[in-house]
Amino acid sequence: MDTSETTTDVKEEDEHHEHPSDGKYMQIALVLAIITAAEVATYFVHIGDALIPTLMVMMVVKFWIVAAWFMHLRFDSKMFTRFFVAGIVLAISVYFIFLTVFEFWTEG
Amino acid sequence: MTDTISEEVTEEQRPLGVYTRPKGGNGWRDWITTVDHKKIGILYGAAALFFFIIGGIEALLIRLQLATPNGTVLGADMYNQVFTMHGVTMIFLAAMPLAAAFANYLIPLQIGARDVAFPRLNAMSFWVFLAGGIFINLSWLLGGAPDGGWFGYAPNTGVIFSPSVGMDFYAIGLQITGIASLVSAINLTVTVLNMRAPGMTLFKMPVLTWMLFVVQLLLVFAMPVIAVALFLLMFSRQFGANFFNTEMGADPLLWQHLFWIFGHPEVYILVLPSFGIISEVIPTFSRKPIFGYDFMVFSGIAIGFMGWGVWAHHMFVSGIGPLSVAAFSLSTMFIAVPTGVKILNWIATMWGGRVKFSSPMLFSVGVISMFTIGGLSGVTHALSPADTQQTDTYYIVAHFHYVIFGGIIFGLFAGLYFWWPKVFGHMLDEKMGKINFWVMLVGFNMTFGPMHVLGLQGMSRRIDTYSPGFGFEAWNMVATIGSFIIALSVLIFLINVVTSVKKARGKPPCGPDPWDARSLEWMTPNPTPEHNFDEIPTVESLDEFWHRKWGTDDEGQIVRVATAEEVCQKGTATGVHLPSPSYWPLIFAIGLPLLGLGLIFNLWLTLPGGILIVTALYAWIFEPVDDPDGPHGDHHEVNEEISEGASDV
Amino acid sequence: MSEETTTGLSHNKLAMWVFLGSECLLFGALISTYLLYRNKFYDGPAPGDIFDIPFTSVSSFVLLMSSLTMVLALAAIQRGDIRNNRLWLLTTALLGAVFIGGQVYEFTTFIREGLGYTTSPFSSAFFTLTGFHGVHVSLGIVMLMSLLISSYRGKLTQKNSETVEIIGLYWHFVDVVWIIIFTVIYLVPNPTS
Repeated sequence: MDTSETTTDVKEEDEHHEHPSDGKYMQIALVLAIITAAEVATYFVHIGDALIPTLMVMMVVKFWIVAAWFMHLRFDSKMFTRFFVAGIVLAISVYFIFLTVFEFWTEG
Repeated sequence: MTDTISEEVTEEQRPLGVYTRPKGGNGWRDWITTVDHKKIGILYGAAALFFFIIGGIEALLIRLQLATPNGTVLGADMYNQVFTMHGVTMIFLAAMPLAAAFANYLIPLQIGARDVAFPRLNAMSFWVFLAGGIFINLSWLLGGAPDGGWFGYAPNTGVIFSPSVGMDFYAIGLQITGIASLVSAINLTVTVLNMRAPGMTLFKMPVLTWMLFVVQLLLVFAMPVIAVALFLLMFSRQFGANFFNTEMGADPLLWQHLFWIFGHPEVYILVLPSFGIISEVIPTFSRKPIFGYDFMVFSGIAIGFMGWGVWAHHMFVSGIGPLSVAAFSLSTMFIAVPTGVKILNWIATMWGGRVKFSSPMLFSVGVISMFTIGGLSGVTHALSPADTQQTDTYYIVAHFHYVIFGGIIFGLFAGLYFWWPKVFGHMLDEKMGKINFWVMLVGFNMTFGPMHVLGLQGMSRRIDTYSPGFGFEAWNMVATIGSFIIALSVLIFLINVVTSVKKARGKPPCGPDPWDARSLEWMTPNPTPEHNFDEIPTVESLDEFWHRKWGTDDEGQIVRVATAEEVCQKGTATGVHLPSPSYWPLIFAIGLPLLGLGLIFNLWLTLPGGILIVTALYAWIFEPVDDPDGPHGDHHEVNEEISEGASDV
Repeated sequence: MSEETTTGLSHNKLAMWVFLGSECLLFGALISTYLLYRNKFYDGPAPGDIFDIPFTSVSSFVLLMSSLTMVLALAAIQRGDIRNNRLWLLTTALLGAVFIGGQVYEFTTFIREGLGYTTSPFSSAFFTLTGFHGVHVSLGIVMLMSLLISSYRGKLTQKNSETVEIIGLYWHFVDVVWIIIFTVIYLVPNPTS
């Protein structure tokens, strides 16, 4: 929230039209599909203690890909990212504390 | 991609609109279709004052019941309903919308805009709020009001302990007002970010706009939390969900957490507008710029941010464990710091200033002093061992009334007196204003001061009566007398309004700058013309309006460089294009309570409700954003109407 | 009103992003409530007993791919390709409908297997969370169909591609929420009775 936001950023506007090509979108979707396949594979292949961290990493990567490419956050104004990230960070921190108070993580 | 859809309407696309838009005009039709942020602000204010009086009557009933031991004014069941509705009404239907009135009226003016970003959504927010408020109060007639306390702790709110339909009205009604708050918050957030006048950087915005902006951000992120809590309650009651069913292993604390995750930001949602108001009033009447503007803004942001990390201090005795209690104790003590910064800055603003104790200033000083008392008793709750003693006693009631009444209601009254000439073009009587303040101050302290003592003596809150012999009698009687003195002060305010309106009738509006004020809204004539600014001003400094009136001479002395009349715009611009009125916000709002009644009584009722909502939404989308052929909204016509003697506000 | 906004961003798009920020807190609360109750299944079925991972994987994949078709619809309208825009909008709506159909099938199966809405705190939380998500997808389908109708009435052109973009943002958001739900609710090992 600094004052520099108030100047109209014309450059950003121009970049906005340089979206990826349809082919690029297909490639991204292919990556998403592969990650999803890997996620589902964990249900059939036993990988022990690494399971939950692996799942979380794959989830975050998928989330990031969709937000950055399909929702155009990579190409769009930082203001949009700020609001989205604010919501996500606030939600994660508040509900993390919430579950901690309920002793969710130590319950097993 | 700068173009919004609304700007895309060309002749070729106009058939998109299959409905014509209302032409506005005069009288009630104008008010129910208006999308003007100023009229919507006035509507918010009027509705909030109406609910404030309802909530006040409920408060008087509570005090009558408790005036003497073994009181019989209200039965226990009725008492539960009355104190629940007093809290719900005052928080959700009086304090929040009154702050929304200021936000709607003043944000566009203070940032130099002609309206909010989404005028029709703005109208919708008001009508939905009003529909929700009426809906909740319908419960009095349709089987009993909510009786589980304004914070509705589970499992007291379940069908077993609260078998009447009251809590259903609570869950659905607050959901409806929540929609209004969320939509309005998104609207005003976009307005502040996107519609500032040239040169109006974020750090040249008045403190009031800043505080209201922080409030909108808090609403954006806090409303969904209460929405979920209310959905869980509603599903539990309507469909037998087991969110709070301890027999099946559910944890009723779930409600408390969700409620207070919303509830503590809500405290700042309530108090920051008042902080913003007095941050405008105090510099004006101290004839000094606000002390430490940056600190003022950042402490407001800090309060908004830290407000998310203290919620469990409402729950110290609910068994959340020593570690949680310690952590939330600490965070609660920290949040007192930015609040302290603000209080220091207000005092430092007055220090060495040429202080003039007009009625808005008196109310503002009232906020500083009374809120400080409430803040200090609040810090005593942060110490969890002390809090354990105080929980659910009248000490808590005393504390939060010093915060909410002392900190918020006084501030909102300061705002009413301060901006009344801006809104209506005539002053409220100063002498009566001062009497209003002193009577309210005395009544307020008589009512809530003794509750500290009562609480420490062990009088429990929410009990409908008490036996003689505990030493509660005298203080309760004092509190009851005090509450009627508060009622008297509100009556004085209403009489002041009526007599001032009468006195002003037939006279020309008061001058453009009655208080020698500082911020942009005063650059428009009083009352504000429909189009706000003849020409959007270019902003060069904080307190732009003041700097246009005052400069410094060679010796550094402050001298007047222009009169207010010279600086103020004349309000005579013509041809300013304004958004057209619309019926659909109101129609949409009517659908929601029907949907709610249907869920409670008979599912068939949801049918007309749903049809109204869907029709309104589609009609809204397909109505022309502006009818290029229509003369409405064109200032030309408005001017002619005024010259023809139409008495539009 | 004024052509230029202070930030240079359109009101509508900014409003949608603010709204999506708000939605994070909504789904956060629902997911947390579910996590709190995932092993409170009383004497009804436990999540581990009843979830059909292969089936949900397929419907998750369908929803994921609808994000691809959504972004293709946007790309089409942005270059003025009305025909492909309609094609991809329709495909997106259909994929969404397949997902909803899968959810209806899943719910009816669960109910047949003894997991009703009121069976346990777990069941209430599960149906509420996935139901809320389902309502979001359904509203998205309604919006996509409305876009299609206005396209066939000739009202959806390159000039107002931003409408498609904003509804697309909503659609993608609903998709990323499901990405989280799929992992956290379905794939993370679930308690069995």
